[in-house]
Amino acid sequence: MNFEYQVSGEDYSLAGRASSDIKKKLKQLGIPSPVIKKTAISMYEAEINMVIHADGGVIEVCLDPDQIKIVLKDTGPGIPDLEQAMQEGFSTANEAARELGFGAGMGLMNIQRNSDSLHIDSIVGEGTTVTILLKVNG
Amino acid sequence: MSENYYHSVTLDEALCKGCTVCIKGCPTEAIRVQKGRARITADRCIDCGECIRTCPSGAKKAVSDPLALLENFDYTVAIPAPTLYGQFSSDISCNRILTALKGIGFDDVFEVALSAEILSRETRNYLKERKGNAPLISSSCPVIVRLVETRFPSLIDQLVPMISPMELSARIVREKLKDSRGRVGVFFISPCAAKVTDIRTPRGIETSSVDGVIGIKDIYRELSQAIGRVETEEPLSRAHAMGISWARTDGEGSAVFSENHISVDGIEHVIDVLESLENGHIENVDFVEMMSCPGGCVGGPLTVENPYIARNIITCRERRHLPDEPVSLPEEALLDSGVLSIRWTESVESRTTHLLDPDYRKAMQMMEDMEAIRQGLPGLDCGSCGAPSCRALAEDIVRGRTTETDCVFMLRERIRELTREMIDLESRMPPGLDR
Repeated sequence: MNFEYQVSGEDYSLAGRASSDIKKKLKQLGIPSPVIKKTAISMYEAEINMVIHADGGVIEVCLDPDQIKIVLKDTGPGIPDLEQAMQEGFSTANEAARELGFGAGMGLMNIQRNSDSLHIDSIVGEGTTVTILLKVNG
Repeated sequence: MSENYYHSVTLDEALCKGCTVCIKGCPTEAIRVQKGRARITADRCIDCGECIRTCPSGAKKAVSDPLALLENFDYTVAIPAPTLYGQFSSDISCNRILTALKGIGFDDVFEVALSAEILSRETRNYLKERKGNAPLISSSCPVIVRLVETRFPSLIDQLVPMISPMELSARIVREKLKDSRGRVGVFFISPCAAKVTDIRTPRGIETSSVDGVIGIKDIYRELSQAIGRVETEEPLSRAHAMGISWARTDGEGSAVFSENHISVDGIEHVIDVLESLENGHIENVDFVEMMSCPGGCVGGPLTVENPYIARNIITCRERRHLPDEPVSLPEEALLDSGVLSIRWTESVESRTTHLLDPDYRKAMQMMEDMEAIRQGLPGLDCGSCGAPSCRALAEDIVRGRTTETDCVFMLRERIRELTREMIDLESRMPPGLDR
């Protein structure tokens, strides 16, 4: 079953809507709550990243009997050095984002820690695709 | 089973107009309007009282225990919530209010504010000793515990695993009177509808030590008159500012003595913060006070005074009850010596009241059907169908509880289709008449 969300980059206060909606659906499906929590944390981080760095984008969530696949596609600036971006504390968030409590440089780390697989494809100037996998019986 | 689904919040069918105002504000989507009347789904209701606040016809009520219940006991003790002190002008002393409680039939009183002080101390100790850095969530508001178990089960482990000040007060009273003969009855004087439910179906403990919960509003007139009649005020009040402050938002939170605590009130704000906690977005906070009612317990559905006025009265009294030196209550010894325990003994279980089906594959199929139905609905969330949103109606349809024609727009569409068909049929002539 697939769900698609358009994420606007204009309003930080709306960021997290898609994650909340998916969370609600997972609860209705009876997914174990530790898996829901991991999904919530990793999808929320990724959604926020998309708003802060790439002016929004599209999220596709694919719910299968054994796994949850979340694909976040944006046409933002891309990530020049992925290895560096994965490090704790590294952040390129602007002042406005930091004032709102985002951009502490924990985002990608957090996603990695809370998912079963994280894959990032990024081309500078074209955009980034983040793919997160979580096992349903994880 | 029926006992499990007892609720204080109920509907007066005779007053309900079927107007659908209540369905939107319900945080657990527990209300549907069917056959012209609101119906509360028992297993979803968390007794928050939000519908009582929004119902324009006064059809939603919180039922509490009658004062007549006292007759079943030989010795009765009132344990008033600190909120009671906010219901009467600050010129009227706490002693006077407590003396008046004895005037309306109770043999003795014990302030719940005292237990709140003891629990503040225990929470501080628990914060120090616990492992991990996930924020602790206060469990003193019974609505919050029920909200977490139904909507945020992944946060159950973050709830403070301790009994409420009401429960501790009842245990202290019973301990003090353990050698007395006859039946001792302990009655909570309550601003809160959920407490009425909580003593019947408690969380974290097997059975409650409270015999009855009496709503402040139900004894307000009698108590006001008794206050007027008091000639000699008995020195009954021992509570300090900290315990009294639990009546309002941030009383409990501040008493934890942490710079990094937050205090949230009002069920919608509480849900927002619980969402953020679940998303891991709230960091560097060690304690979260959560109160379902706006303003805290002073905003409870069983109160009489305007919550803002009550809050002001409470803060006035706090200033008057500031202790000169660090407080040590004799009752603390009951805990320190192990005579009384305050920890939860039962685990709080997740209650997935929104689960579509226990079989994951079947639930998936239902969700797919639900999405298809939802896409056909207008998406206006108008509430005319009696469900709070188009999504909720789609859910009710896949659960087999209702049909698409509950939607006025869908119904109209069906009528148009039928009308077109009828006109089309009408234009055809049977061959015998077609000359």
